[in-house]
Amino acid sequence: MKLIACVKATPDTTAAVKIENGKVTWGEAPMVINPWDEFTVEAALRLKETNGGTVTAVSIGGEEARIALRHALAMGADDALLISDPALASPDPQASAHLLAAVIQKVGSVDLAFFGRQAIDYDSGTTPAQAARLLGWPALTLVSVIKVDGVGLRVERAIEEGRQVVTAKLPAVISVVKDIGEARFPSFMGIRKASKAEIPVWSLSDLGIPAPSAVVEQLELRDAPVREVVCEFITGSNPQEIAEHLADRVLGEKLL
Amino acid sequence: MNTWVYIDHFKGEALPPSWEAVGVGKTLGKVTGLIFGSGLDSLAKTAFEYGVDEILLADDPVLLDYRPEVYASTLKQTYQGRTCDVMLFPTTSRGRELAAMAAIDLRTGVLVDAIALEAAGDKLIVTRPVYSGKVLAKVTCSLQPQIITLRGRVFPKPAQQAGRSGTLTKVAAGSGALTTIEGYTTSGGGISLSDANVIVSGGRGLAENPALQPPAGMDAKQAETWRAQQGFAMLKELAAVFGGAVGASRAAVDAGYVPYAMQVGQTGKLVSPNVYFACGISGAIQHLAGMRSSKLIVAINKDKEAPIFKISRFGVVGDLYQLLPALITAFRQRLVK
Repeated sequence: MKLIACVKATPDTTAAVKIENGKVTWGEAPMVINPWDEFTVEAALRLKETNGGTVTAVSIGGEEARIALRHALAMGADDALLISDPALASPDPQASAHLLAAVIQKVGSVDLAFFGRQAIDYDSGTTPAQAARLLGWPALTLVSVIKVDGVGLRVERAIEEGRQVVTAKLPAVISVVKDIGEARFPSFMGIRKASKAEIPVWSLSDLGIPAPSAVVEQLELRDAPVREVVCEFITGSNPQEIAEHLADRVLGEKLL
Repeated sequence: MNTWVYIDHFKGEALPPSWEAVGVGKTLGKVTGLIFGSGLDSLAKTAFEYGVDEILLADDPVLLDYRPEVYASTLKQTYQGRTCDVMLFPTTSRGRELAAMAAIDLRTGVLVDAIALEAAGDKLIVTRPVYSGKVLAKVTCSLQPQIITLRGRVFPKPAQQAGRSGTLTKVAAGSGALTTIEGYTTSGGGISLSDANVIVSGGRGLAENPALQPPAGMDAKQAETWRAQQGFAMLKELAAVFGGAVGASRAAVDAGYVPYAMQVGQTGKLVSPNVYFACGISGAIQHLAGMRSSKLIVAINKDKEAPIFKISRFGVVGDLYQLLPALITAFRQRLVK
């Protein structure tokens, strides 16, 4: 099977993200593979292990995107592909969907394209569904269990109401959630291999498409307001007394 | 503005953010509700009562289960017959997905997870949290229609007016099915984390009750999980007093105490209840990202330096296992008549 894992580099989850001169900054915090995309790669690798085939990690961006690709390689992806072009300053999620759909078509004979649920920078969560729509493939989003047999696949999706079982034919787009299984740590050998890997770069002309126009205009960025709270510690001489004080104070806020 | 609102439902039961979206639509003018499914007369009636003026109803067995490609195709052909300025969706899993596909089909953009809207000429400007809520972005899209998804529990839910009615127009179902829905395993009633008014969440701290004696024959790991699960049972009891839901920190999920569906945080669910009880949760930045927009946060932790207290209104430094039973009793006495 030919499997593609779409990954992105984002600031580390613990990064102190803030706005400086109208731009997003995160100081010295490192860029990492988007945490959801560790599960993207994991899902693709597990399917390769049960059904055979190859896993190609794909990312769009500049040098930072190589961090995500090297992580995927270190986890066990067979190869990686970087989509980079000076005309792609900072593609929005919809532009990324156009680009990734074009990559998937250009690679050719892809059976499954894996995505993470969302990237923790834009938090949009729309790219997998949009890429599927552009490709005309089934969109199986928020998937927690995957089984492939022959030309078809059967997945479980995690939705508000519980689990939904869906079947579809290949090829398809899948976005995964954490339930897919714990993401493996890169092995020592994997890290060595990844650090030496030559990552091919494709430009827009390689893809044969113009730069997708950004449809969302960003007008302003600002720091989220800081929560102005001073914690009031509730005390008492025994648990009953503390519980009663706390219950009275909570109910006093008139939110229940 | 001519506003359409997509009413997201599961088996004819609307998800509450759908009505919040109707309320937002009313502030912009006349609201047309989109209802897709099969056998939905009663949902249409309820939609009128929440303020929808006109309903475009695609009622067809092919729409019995939500399938994104078929629903998107229904939406596309419905739009091509009549058009609108703004399309609002609730940011539910279906709403987000369908809005994303509609943006492709209608050659426009999608503004996801709005927490505020403002009008600028004939456009709407959306405020949406990015970077897990650390940054707020103001965004817009100049293409027509403007497609926006609204975060749940942010906008007020309009009052239901019994007997209110409107115009119902039937529209045709789309086609192009690529998927088959085999079935569901529903999570067995109970309110979902995203809809809950009150959430009681637990962390690793729940496993630390030395007084509990696990059944014989368990190894250390099994005993730890067993202890934590006794703790979560108590959280469930407290949540039940409020008709609320139980959540968990990533640490508790990764340790295998409870399923991932309960995880609140950056790589779990994003919640904003009226009251959030954090029990034995230290408050890692990745947990805070998922619950910091709760209206009132109450933390119980044995470490008074735990970061969770920095965003909490009320805190108790102490032993969860002594406090929880007393708290269940105290709230029951006050709330359950």
